[in-house]
Amino acid sequence: MNQIIIQTEPFDLAAIQEELRRENPAIGALVTFLGQMRDINEGDRVTTMTLEHYPGMTEKALQAIVDEANERWQLTGIRVVHRVGPLQPLDPIVLVAVASAHRGEAFQACEFVIDYLKTRAPFWKKEQTPEGDRWVDARHTDDQAEQRWRR
Amino acid sequence: MIKLLFFARLREALQTGSETLDFSPELDSVAAIIELLQARGGIWGELFADDQSVLVAVNQEMCDSETSVKEGDEVAFFPPVTGG
Repeated sequence: MNQIIIQTEPFDLAAIQEELRRENPAIGALVTFLGQMRDINEGDRVTTMTLEHYPGMTEKALQAIVDEANERWQLTGIRVVHRVGPLQPLDPIVLVAVASAHRGEAFQACEFVIDYLKTRAPFWKKEQTPEGDRWVDARHTDDQAEQRWRR
Repeated sequence: MIKLLFFARLREALQTGSETLDFSPELDSVAAIIELLQARGGIWGELFADDQSVLVAVNQEMCDSETSVKEGDEVAFFPPVTGG
């Protein structure tokens, strides 16, 4: 089973992994990526961050990514949880958990989902720094990471 | 009617998150809508002149300026995404 959740509240990493791993006794591997907020970006201290998204399109874009992962690899379940709204350093931002019979497919699919999320899902980060607010610029390295998966 | 949406840096710079346009046969593509917005001049002219930094979605699917637009569509403009 796959699940995509967009929420403002924090999420429980351990509970999501536990629920996913117990879903099916055919699962032999669970790979989780957790992205969390840093207190430094581009050399500046970041005190808070606000995540904006495009409700409706966000869910569709993530569903398309999850569907594609399921086409490419033999998986038993995927969870994608992404927070929006205000965040503090150390707060979890995004979780991608992928379950499969064997680790190879779970590792690859997890990396694929986060790489595609970074370049295709409509989220935008705005940082609050002592010098003022600023929108985060897209990274070239994220585009390169996505390119690796192109067919 | 065509519903326009603006997000993030664009929304702030334009000081609006949405507007509606009356559909007309001349506004049948993303390129035509961009041309209309750019012709408003000022900040609109600046932001929609540089198509590299503005992404477009029609009915919540990423697309390009060639994409056609019809009555009732939702057309969103936003900067490159930075989630995750």
